[in-house]
Amino acid sequence: MAKGYRYFEAVEKHAGKLGILTAIMVSIGGLAEITPLFVEAHTITATEGVKPYDPLRLAGKDIYVREGCYTCHTQMIRSLRAETQRYGAYSISSESVYDRPHQWGSKRTGPDLARIGGKYSDDWQRLHLLDPRAVVKASNMPGYPWLADEKIDSDDIVARMYALRKLGDPYTDADMAEAPAALEGKTAMDALVAYLQGLGLPPSGEATAP
Amino acid sequence: MPHNETYNDRVVRLFLLAAAVWGVVGMGVGVFIAAQLAWPALNFDTPWLTFSRLRPDHTFGVIFAFGGSALMGTCYYVVQRTGHTRLALPGLATFTFWGWQLVCILAMTTMPLGITQSKEYAEPEWLIDLLVAAVWVSFGVVFFATLARRRIKHIYVANWYYGAFIIAVALLHIVNNIVIPVSLTKSYPVYSGTVDAMVQWWYGHNAVAFFLTAGFLGMMYYFVPRQAQQPLWSYRFSIVNFWALISVYMWAGSHHLMYTALPDWVQSVGMAFSILLLMPSWGSAANGLLTFNGAWKRVASDPAAKFMVLALVFYAAATTEGSLMAVKTVNSLSHYTDWTVAHVHSGAIGWVAMITIGSLYAMAPRALGRPAMHSKRSMELHFWMHTAGLILYVASMWTAGVTAGLMWRATDANGALIYPFIDSLIAIRPFYLIRFLGGTLILGGMVVMAWNLWHTAADARARLIKPIPVPIPEPVPHQVPAPVPARA
Repeated sequence: MAKGYRYFEAVEKHAGKLGILTAIMVSIGGLAEITPLFVEAHTITATEGVKPYDPLRLAGKDIYVREGCYTCHTQMIRSLRAETQRYGAYSISSESVYDRPHQWGSKRTGPDLARIGGKYSDDWQRLHLLDPRAVVKASNMPGYPWLADEKIDSDDIVARMYALRKLGDPYTDADMAEAPAALEGKTAMDALVAYLQGLGLPPSGEATAP
Repeated sequence: MPHNETYNDRVVRLFLLAAAVWGVVGMGVGVFIAAQLAWPALNFDTPWLTFSRLRPDHTFGVIFAFGGSALMGTCYYVVQRTGHTRLALPGLATFTFWGWQLVCILAMTTMPLGITQSKEYAEPEWLIDLLVAAVWVSFGVVFFATLARRRIKHIYVANWYYGAFIIAVALLHIVNNIVIPVSLTKSYPVYSGTVDAMVQWWYGHNAVAFFLTAGFLGMMYYFVPRQAQQPLWSYRFSIVNFWALISVYMWAGSHHLMYTALPDWVQSVGMAFSILLLMPSWGSAANGLLTFNGAWKRVASDPAAKFMVLALVFYAAATTEGSLMAVKTVNSLSHYTDWTVAHVHSGAIGWVAMITIGSLYAMAPRALGRPAMHSKRSMELHFWMHTAGLILYVASMWTAGVTAGLMWRATDANGALIYPFIDSLIAIRPFYLIRFLGGTLILGGMVVMAWNLWHTAADARARLIKPIPVPIPEPVPHQVPAPVPARA
């Protein structure tokens, strides 16, 4: 038996020690990589001009999350020439500080959407969501026609804004008060189109009204 | 010494049944969504049948329902055999079975209804996450309590991997799912943007590392020597690989975020550790394969061993590919394309599914009180259907991925992009058809396995099985904690 074995014997014959050592070894990597980002995050959240989503676009973002759009679309333009040529300036950290969860994605069965805002008209977006192949013949995207019939529940969205405020997103009392009026009569389709049309606009720009 | 302690194989049989059922369901959903990508009309404009809502059902179904049931079942089987003891806390062990099945059913029915966090591989909402945590902690308690009452002082290496799998998955699941609930069906993560991306891929990558690698390596370290009927090639090598694997893997998650808004240093650290990962990955694969040295004749006549050998080959291949894809230059081409899909499936269908199927074929007759599986010819058939399907799947997706990646970056003499995005989709559509055919073959193989297991379980269904007695060894003096005495 090797010379050092008796030290190791203490580990491999005692379940408790083995478990504790395992827990330590698996924790190091995550701590080293996530802690600095977590600390840094508090310094970058306040980038000038990036505002939290207005109620309609918040509703739209949550529809995007609900439908699972991330399974086929990214929102992350990488710092590579072919990407910036195709999609625009590469994405930066401060652009997604209000995305819970982030929607960077991992697969492009369809194109990146990080700067899709304003590239097509509202009508195009609406038609495309109802029946993708009506506007892009070769597309394999599913249609989402049910969004047009689904009314947005403003109480629900206000509750969501309060939850986000708890997490540090700077919604004001006035924002909450104005939300029901902004959502009056809107459908899930209106919300999703408003969200898409706001993606990647410069901080000073306003989303086109749906 | 006369005694009447027997192995608790009842819960093992339940998990075996669940694994067979979820395997067919999870892969069935996979084949359906593969068909949707080839023929989008199959979405039927119906919310719960839409690709984007069903895709998490496929990943959850195969990873957590099929893989999870197989892992928990084999874990309970292995920890009893290697410790020469009956499973501790039988009530809690049965709870882990029903609890896990409830988790799977709830997750698989809520996600198509749009109740989802949309965090990849962690889609189920917060209520289900709480149930997962409860079941998982119970699983850990049963496992470590059984270890504590083992009669063999030395803890066999398979249990290390199962232990690391339990500890790390608990840690990953809890940290990644910290949320503020808005309602029963909606919550927001406490992390946002870049931090959320890093936490998510630390989770996502290590779900692969600890769920799909460490757990299945535990399976491998028990069932491969068992099937080869000779000892592990190198025990010391397995120890070195264990510590290297569990500590290095946790650093590599950031390779999912190359060239993104994640700080550059994290990307570089992730790339460096991903290359380091080659060592424990190849080490484990080599250790398994070399264990068959001198027993290769047996492989020719034993379909279960065939599955294991090909699983180890694909483990080596998929981890080599993974380290390669973590190199920034390669990643710039491969990422976001179907190459990633090819990679994950050569790991999932090649390594994970094949080691599972091999282990289930090895374990099932013993747990079901039969000398052998019902039909050896159908095991051979399953092996060839699975292998052919796997090759069709990964070859078509590799080609599709490289094709799309090259088209996305192609520029003409003036430096302008040549192809609009849609052209890359048109170019790879034929490969989606081939992938669908490959998936169909694999699913067909799973149905053959389920049929075979059903007939092998005839005695179990008739309640004719005699429990297997625990072989109680000579007691080793001065054990801490003291082993359970053999009951008179």
